[in-house]
This record gives sequence, structure tokens and C-alpha cells, in this order.
Amino acid sequence: MISCEKASIICNKKQYKEATLLDQIKLGFHLLYCKTCVSFSKKNTKLTMLCDKANLHSLSVKEKETLKERIDQNI
Amino acid sequence: MTENQLNPDLWVDQYADYLFNFAVSRVSDAEIAKDLVQETFLAGLKSAKNYKGTAAERTWLIAILKRKVIDHYRKINSNKGKAEVRINYSDQSDSTGDWLEEQVADPFSTLENDAIENDELGLAIQECISKLPKKQSEVFVMKTIRGLSTDDICNELGINPSNLWVMVHRARTNLMGCLNENWFKL
Repeated sequence: MISCEKASIICNKKQYKEATLLDQIKLGFHLLYCKTCVSFSKKNTKLTMLCDKANLHSLSVKEKETLKERIDQNI
Repeated sequence: MTENQLNPDLWVDQYADYLFNFAVSRVSDAEIAKDLVQETFLAGLKSAKNYKGTAAERTWLIAILKRKVIDHYRKINSNKGKAEVRINYSDQSDSTGDWLEEQVADPFSTLENDAIENDELGLAIQECISKLPKKQSEVFVMKTIRGLSTDDICNELGINPSNLWVMVHRARTNLMGCLNENWFKL
């Protein structure tokens, strides 16, 4: 038996494929009797799917630093 | 006194990713997009005194970026010959046929809508991320968008893994709520 708190952490790890097999079994068992976590798990998976679909991009910290420097020079 | 003011010091932290996503979805090249974002910021600084404060800072910057994107396409098209429109039956082969009937877009296709929708979804997510507390968004972006490993992030930010997962959890919960408001209810 695991707590909901623990289940949510495993669920988050699972979104990044970092949950161990044992963890996933524990989570699966928890989801059998906990409706709240089932709903959380569903939403969480959906969020992952949306992020994948949106094909997000981001600038790295280094690139942002150079951008900042350029702006500072021109202020 | 106007409601909105410009804070160039915060531009990069607040809007760089949002503008970058906007640009990437329009020019499909990360390097060019990066340059456009930089040009946008510089142009923004130059014309900061023309900012009347009627629009939000981000809307104003996006407006500049839009012009920069148009300029970019003008520039690559002004090279001689490129502006010429060539119409062939098919780009892939020399075959001929009734191209008008056969080559028009399928009116029942929804594939094009998907691409547009995904661009908008990207901006919606980016907007929600920018509303997160700084620490949460930092961790979420590193983990989800840049796909760094847990160990790398922990080293870079000087936190331990359980800290990181708590942060990820809060960020994800916030994002779910925000997207529910901004994306699914529209």
C-alpha cells in the first residue's frame, strides 16, 4: 500500500519514463482503488501528450545570457 | 500616467521563450528564429520611446516580431529569380495532367488545421509556463522541453532529486489548471 502522495510522485516520474518497474506496479495497484489518483494520472498523461504535440522550443540559459548582454549594450 | 511600462531588463526572462516559439513556428529554423528574437528586442529598445503603454509589453513585442518575420521572408525572396512563381503539375515528377482539379487542397482535410492548432497550443502552454513561479518554470522547462536528465538538473540548480520531483509536481499541477482555463474552455 502506498500513499496518494507517493503515487503522484511515481506518476510524475512515469511521464519522464523514469519510474522503476516496481514503482509502476505499486502505482498500478494504487490506481485500482483510488479514484482521485486515477483522475490525476489521466490529466497528467494528457499534459505530457499536449507538450509533445505542441513541439515546444526553448532557449538555453547560455543563449539567454548572450541575449541579455546584447540588450544591456544597447540600453 | 500609463498603465503599461517597458522593463527591458526583464524581457529575456519573461518573453524570450514565448517569442522564440512564435518565431520558430513561422520560420521553421531555430537559428533564424533566434536571430529574429534578438532583432526584435533590439528594435524594441530603439523605439521604446514610441511605446504608448496602451498594449501589454508582450503584445507590443509580438507586433515587432511579426514585422521581423515578414522582413525575413522579403529578404530571402528578393534574391533574383526566387520571387518568380513556378507552377508545375507536380514538384516530384515531370508527369502532366489536369493539375487544377487534382492538385487543389482537399477541402475535407483536417491535417492543416492540426499544424495550426499545435502552434497555438504551443503558445498557450508557453503562456502558462510564464505564469509559474520562477523556480518551478525553470525546472519544468529543463526537464520537459530541453529533456535534461534528473542528475544534470540537480547538479546545475544544486537541489536534490526529491526536491526536483516536488517542483515538477507543483509545476504540472499548476499547468493542468492553467491549460484547463486557457485551452480547453476556449
